[in-house]
Parts: sequence; C-alpha cells; structure tokens
Amino acid sequence: MITKQSPFKTFLGDIPKNIFAGFVVSLIALPLGLGLAIASEAPPIAGIISAIVGGVMVAILGGSNVTITGPGNGLVVVLLSAITTLAAGDIQQGYLYTLAAIVISGVLMLLLGFLRMGILSDFFPSSAIQGMLAAIGIGIFAKQFHVMFGNVNTQGDTIDLLLQIPNTCLNFISRTGDNFMAGSVGIISLLIMIYYSKIRNRFFQLIPAPMWIVVLAVGLSYYYEYFSVQNYPIDKNLLISIPDNVLSNLAFPDFGKIWDSNFINVVIAITLISSIESLLSIKAVDKLDPLKRRSNINKDLKALGIASTISAFLGGLNVVTVIARSSVNANNGATNKSANFFHASFLLVFLLLFQEQLRKIPLPALAAILVYTGYKLAAPVNISKVFRIGKEQLLIFLTTLLVTLFTNLITGILSGIVVTFLIHIILNKSLFLFTGNVLKPNVLMYKEDDEKESYYVSVMNFCSFLNYSKLKANLDQIPEDQDVIVDFSRCSFVDHTVMENLSNYIATFTSKGGHFEVIGLDLHGAHTNHPFALRRISVTKRLAAKNYTKRQKTLQSIANDFNWTYRSLQKKHFKFLTDFGYFKTKNINKIKNVLTNKKCTLFDVIYTEGEFIAKQVIRSTMMHIRIDKPIPFFTLDRDGLFEYIYHLTGYNDISIDGHPDFSKRFFLYGTDQKAIETFFTDELVLFFESNTYYHIEATQSGLLIVHKERLASVKEIKALGDFGNRLSKIIEQQ
Amino acid sequence: MHQFNKILIGIAFSPNLEQNIFEAIRLSNMFNAQLICVHVGKKTKEKENKLQTVLKMAPKSENEIKTLFQEGTPVAVILDVCTKENIDLLILGALQKENIYKYYVGSIARILTRKSPCSVLLLIKHSKVRVPCKHIVVNGLKDPKTEETIRTSFYVSQKLDCKKITIVEEITQQEIHVKVNDDISLRRATIAKERLRTREDIRVKDILKCIAPELKKNIETKTQSIFGKRGYSIGHYANVVRADLLIMNAPNKTTLLDRMFPHDIEYILSELPTDVLIVK
Repeated sequence: MITKQSPFKTFLGDIPKNIFAGFVVSLIALPLGLGLAIASEAPPIAGIISAIVGGVMVAILGGSNVTITGPGNGLVVVLLSAITTLAAGDIQQGYLYTLAAIVISGVLMLLLGFLRMGILSDFFPSSAIQGMLAAIGIGIFAKQFHVMFGNVNTQGDTIDLLLQIPNTCLNFISRTGDNFMAGSVGIISLLIMIYYSKIRNRFFQLIPAPMWIVVLAVGLSYYYEYFSVQNYPIDKNLLISIPDNVLSNLAFPDFGKIWDSNFINVVIAITLISSIESLLSIKAVDKLDPLKRRSNINKDLKALGIASTISAFLGGLNVVTVIARSSVNANNGATNKSANFFHASFLLVFLLLFQEQLRKIPLPALAAILVYTGYKLAAPVNISKVFRIGKEQLLIFLTTLLVTLFTNLITGILSGIVVTFLIHIILNKSLFLFTGNVLKPNVLMYKEDDEKESYYVSVMNFCSFLNYSKLKANLDQIPEDQDVIVDFSRCSFVDHTVMENLSNYIATFTSKGGHFEVIGLDLHGAHTNHPFALRRISVTKRLAAKNYTKRQKTLQSIANDFNWTYRSLQKKHFKFLTDFGYFKTKNINKIKNVLTNKKCTLFDVIYTEGEFIAKQVIRSTMMHIRIDKPIPFFTLDRDGLFEYIYHLTGYNDISIDGHPDFSKRFFLYGTDQKAIETFFTDELVLFFESNTYYHIEATQSGLLIVHKERLASVKEIKALGDFGNRLSKIIEQQ
Repeated sequence: MHQFNKILIGIAFSPNLEQNIFEAIRLSNMFNAQLICVHVGKKTKEKENKLQTVLKMAPKSENEIKTLFQEGTPVAVILDVCTKENIDLLILGALQKENIYKYYVGSIARILTRKSPCSVLLLIKHSKVRVPCKHIVVNGLKDPKTEETIRTSFYVSQKLDCKKITIVEEITQQEIHVKVNDDISLRRATIAKERLRTREDIRVKDILKCIAPELKKNIETKTQSIFGKRGYSIGHYANVVRADLLIMNAPNKTTLLDRMFPHDIEYILSELPTDVLIVK
C-alpha cells in the first residue's frame, strides 16, 4: 500500500535538494544581478537587493513552485531610459525617481493580481511578444557591447550605439585606448559564455559560466596584487563600486514627479513588461516542474507586486520571474518554493562576506554576460524560426522590433497588436468576422455522454489572440489527466498565437497522463507546414492539400506503423458509399484522410443533408469493411442513427435467440430474418457486446461503421481501425 | 399544457412563399390546427391569384385555411391578429446571411418574437419536401417557465413524430463559485461541477416525473450539462449535435440595455443554429 507522506515531512526531506539548487542559482544570480543593474545605470547593488527581496517575498507569498525571482533582463531597456531621462540626465536623481516608479508599478501589479488579470498576457500575439523581446535583446547588446570592450563613455539611443560598434572595435584592435586589458577580459568572458556548454567536463560544469567569469576575473586581480610587479591594469572606473557599508547606504525613492507624464509612461511600461515577462516565464517554468503542478499566476502576480514595492523602498530594482535562472533551478533538482528562498539567502551571504572581492569584478566581464544574453534574445535564428511559421508572422515580428527600437516599448507592442489584427483582416478579407463575433462566447464545452467521458470543446467563428482567453478559460478547467477533443470545424480562422498555446496544452496533458487533441483543422489551409502556422478555411483547394495538420501527420505515421496506406485527399468518391442507406439522403462533398489496408478503409467524409437553406454540412469519420462473401442486409444501432431505415419496407426489428441482453441493448433491423440469425453467431454477438459501440450498416458491398457524427480524434481512429480488423477476422472465420 | 390549435403565418410574396406555405400547412396538419395566413398589404387580384396557385400545389390541408389581407405596419398588424384570433403559435421565417450557412432573424421578426403573446416558431429549415424532425434540444434552465417548456416539447415531439429529446442544463461559471487557479482549486472546481451536474440532473428528472406517461411514450430522453454562456451555448450545442429543433423559454422582459449587451435569447436570434421554438 502506498502511504501518503505528510506535506511537512516531504518538505523537510526535500530541503537539502532545494538548498543545493538555490546555491547553484545564486552563483548565476550574483553576476547577473550586478550586471543587469549596471546595464540599467543603477548602482550594482540594486540588482542584488531585488533578487534577495524577490527570493524571500515570493517564496513566502507566491503561488508557483520552482520559479526564481529577481531583476529581469526585459526591464533593462525601460529602466535605463527611465534613469537617464527622468531627471534630465542626472543619473543619481533619475534613479531615485525610477525607484518611485517601481514602487507604484508594484502596487499596480498587486492590483492586477487581485483583479485576476493573469490572463493579461493572453491578449498579446506571440509574434509581437517575440519581436518585443528581440528589441530588448538588441537594446542590451548595443549598450553592453561597448562596455565589454572597456568603453563606458558611449552615449545615444540604441541605433546610435549600434552604429558606433565598428568604431569601438577599431579602437580596441589598434590599441589606441588605454583599455586594452579590460577589453581582453571582456572578450575572454564572452568566449567562456559561448563555449561553456560545449566543454564536456564534469568538474568544469559544476560551476555555472557566469560564476567562472567572476572567479577568474577576481583571481586575476589577486594575481596582480600579490604576484605581479605591475599594477592592476584595469582602471578604477571599470570596476564595480559597492558602498562601504551596504546596509546603511540604501537609496530611498523620490516621489517628487509622480504626476509627470514621462513618469506615468515609465510606470506603465514597467508594469506591462514585468507582468508579461513574469507571466510568460511562469507558464514556461510550469512545463519544467518535475511534479507537474499548476502555478497560481494571480497569487504570483500579487507576490511580485509586493516584492517590487519593498525592493524599491530599499533601493532595489523591481522583481520579476525569470526564465533562465528558473530553468537552472529546476534542472538542479529544486522541488518547491524554498529553493527561491535559499537562492536569496546565499546572495545575502555573498554580499555580506565577499564585498571586498565583489569590488574587484571588472565591468567588461559582466558586460560580456549581458552581451551574450542580449544576443540570445535577438539571435538571427529567432528570426528564421518566426519566418518558418509564416511570412505574416515575420512581418509582425519585424514591425514590433523596429517600432520598439525607434520609439519605445509600449508603442512597439501596440503596433505589433495592430499589425497582427490588420493581417488577420486582410487574410480573411473580412472585418466583420472579427467585429461581429469578438464578444460572442464562442466556446462550448461538455463531457461527452459515452463510456470514455472525454471533454468535447467546440469553437465557433474565429479563434485568435483577441478571444483566446475564452478558450483558455474553458481549457483551464479540465484536469490534465483527462481526454480532451478540441473541435475547430465550426471555426473559420485560427491564428498562430492559439496554435502555439494549444501545442503547450498538448505537451502539458501528455506529461500529466491525459490526452489532448485538436480536430477539424484539416480543411483549413496554411501557408507553411509549421505546426504553429495560422489556419483558415481557404477558397482554393490547393492550399488545404499542401500543408498537413498535426492530425494528418499523425495519421500518416500511424499508417506507416500499422501497414496501412494513407492519402490525404480522395479525388474520386467511393462508389460503395452510395449503396448504403445512410447516404441515400445525403450528398457527399469530399472524402479526406483515407487509411486503407486489405479489407478496411477508414476515411473522413464531408457530406451535406437537405437542400438550399436547410442545408447542413456534416463531417464524420467512418470505416468501410469489404466482405468477400454474401452477407445479409442489416443495421445495428443503439441511438436510432439509422432511423430512416425503419420506414423502409421489409426491414423488421430482429431479436437473436439466446441473447436477450443483446436484443435489449441494440436495435437490430434487417430484411432476411433467417440469414441474420445464422450470421449473428455467439462469437459475433459477444464481440459486439464487449467492444466499444459503433453504428453499423451492412449491405452487399460490405459493412459501414460510423463512429459519431463528428470527426474522430487520432486515438479514436486507432480504436476504430482495430475494431474493424478484428471484426473482419471474425466474419471471415465463420 | 397549451395546445397549438391555431397557427398564424405571416406571408410576403417573396421567392420563399411556396416553402413557407408548404411548411405551415404540414405543421398545421401535424398539430391538427387551423392555419391563418396574414399578408400585410393591399389585397390585389394578382396577389390573390398567386396565393391560390400556391395553395393548389400545396399538400392537402385537413382543416380550413383562412387568409387575411390587412394594411398597416407589419408588427402592429400581426400582433393585433394574434390577440384577436387567439393564436397559439406564430411562425416566422429566418433570413440567411450572405455567409452561406448562417441564419438570423430580421428586425421585424425580432420585435415580434419579443412582443408576441403566443409561442413563436422561427424556421430556417422550411422546405417543400418535409425534413423529418429527429432530435429536439430543449433548455432545462432553473426557471419557473422551464417545466411548461419541457412539457410543451414532449407534446411537440409527439406531434412531429420525433424520437429523441435532449434536455440541456447550462451551468454558468458563476454558479461554480470556485475560481481555478492551481491544482487544488481545480480539484475543488471539478468536484463542484460534478455536484452541480447531479443537482441539475435531479431537478430535471423531477420535472420529467410530472409529465404524463402518454406524452413520454416512445421518446428517448437524455440530459446533458454544458458549460458556457447561458443562451449562446445551447445554440452552439444544438448546432454541434445537429438538432432539428431547439425549444427555449420565452425571454423575460428585455430592456434596451439587454439589446446592447446581448444575452440569453438575443444570442440565438442573431445566429440561429436550427429551427427554434420559443414557448410562451
């Protein structure tokens, strides 16, 4: 028997693991905290304060499990512009104003948490967010690149800084500046960052790359102090300055400018970026959680808000959830929030014990770490990734990126949203599809009424970043160990943001033992074969046939595994279908996704019923089994799907002798009572009784097996195929 | 229970005239009711001839058909006839959007639906040949009118020879009372939902118990809980299960605000999923 351990005991038992994980994270957080603060032109200590306060407060109040909180790289650009501009160039005063902005944005985040605005991040198109992050990356890269070469005197906005890069490089190569040594330290540090992951040495990998840089740089300064006759060749202004008494020299926010419009802009930008960065990180970290828990994002928002406020009052930067440090945390075996707390505690210890050593860290070394992070955010590989999803995504990405670079973050992200919306309108050639339906509650969810009780979610009209939150609200209510089918066949447009998020759901459900499947997209065309490409009902057939959906790809691989053959489109309609009574009153439009083996043919069929105004389009998955010997005409059914047949002359309700239960559970109708009685042997009756229930109709050309009057998920198709194989074997043996 | 003894159809001399009349005659035969055709406009020889030719082609009516020509505004005339003639069922045709498979109710029909003193049937599936009604979906809201609505739907399905009724209980998010934040609240919400489902099921079963057995004969009854927005989701559900008729409670009095922020029946009117019967 499994005994359930008390939560407290588990917590105590896990403490060593969490202490270790917290320690490893603190090794990264120390240089990163210092670096991010310096990059924002704040005192280096501000980054550490933020990490310590964040670690303690969020560990106590937060709602997520293995996340790490501290200063975030997304905010560097906003904080930098705030500190340098709020007091018209006076950096010290600008810093104090910025602290006030952080305090207020912390309060705003707390409010967002109380208003349950954790869904906020769902309203941003993913390509626009990507573009924004790339712009932030370029911003960090442009500024820190100069510092890495020992040049701290550059001025101007991101574009100016980028243009000055060749100049700085030339200066460095021609050794004209006196910072050659500092620049070398920077470049070596950058090389460590780049090649760290390529070196496969257990002992080397024990310490994270940023910490190696710190250790080596500090070691270098000790070498010059004790062993070399020369002076330390790095200038004093290129070293970190930390006040002599850390605890007594804390800065205090200056609220003198809170009604200034620039100040308000800064508050909005900080709140927006820190919420988005945190929410995205929490979502990503949840996938890394070894125990597969779900984070309470609103609780986390509240905790982050409180932590930011406190941190700013103590002179620290604001607190966000950070993805890189969190993933290191999870990879090192963290299991609960205490890891975040221990990370903060170790930072405090470092700060109090190693002040002397921290002062020896050269700025170019820290800048190299930031150059590397900035580059990773804006790497060209990200652009090609976006391009593979679709040309339109690249347009959104680049618009957001460029607008952000030339104006500011808020304008950038807003322009991203506007461009995305315009592209959706142009692609669908319809504004009304969006304006007419955006407010409608377009998602229906219910538990299907059969033995499996899977959740069925149907989405109408369109599904994009504008109304994704409605779908999400429903999906979030399904326990992740259940079966879910999301049906988009009533939806004429699904965008990239939704496709990407759904793939996250698929991953989560798979990892927690459930099953999540998307159906009804096979008719929607996509311009690329990327799984996240946006899909819409296309006018041209060519488009729909070109790029397979995930369902189609899975069907293809199933076909390979089980020796079936797969075709995505059946050009000629199957002749045998019209022999079945079921199709007497229906017009077949299209047959898609055909799987065949010797006897059985599985297919999606799209057909209409009724004429003109009463016409209804139905999509369904069916199977046909070819039987080589003559079989009697009959229908076997439980719900009355073949009800039309009761009215046909000559069809009677037939009960099989000796199987009263079978006769009670199924409606068996047919013309030739004798033939049917001999056909339904004990074995066959037992087979029908013990297997999943399908509607079956038999005519001279074989058996038609109908699943439901909707498309089947891949899982259901597998079951159906297996059912058909076994059934045809039993009939053959008779 | 209210029986449909007198049926009123408003006619316009549009291309749909034949289908409308055919369907109306078939329905009046099924309910064994008297049919009254009202045209709002001047009585001319031409119109009368046309009507007569259509009536000749139509299936034979078992009761006498009465045709009225009356001038005035459509809404006022039809409402007036409804009260004067003591009509039980008003049949209205829906319009189709350019976008092929969507139907909605025009402004006149919408006002009639709101103000009508009797039950209203909104048709999208009127055709010359009868499409059999195989599946009826009816709302099972917690509302004093629901019992009457469910009883009427059994009456209707007996008359239309329909074999299957699904009673849909819409459970709104507010009723669950638990907000899903993390695993613990999710578990609580799932349990709460399960409890609500059972509670709603029992409520509907209690209503079913009160319905006369001869009405329930030969009809398969099912209950289904769905989660979504009240009013809209039932239409979506009817669309998904391809119901032939959706039966709903009559709306409570609507104000201007309700029309600006549509809910309940207003959703259905703007996007008809199938034929809809609104029971008064």
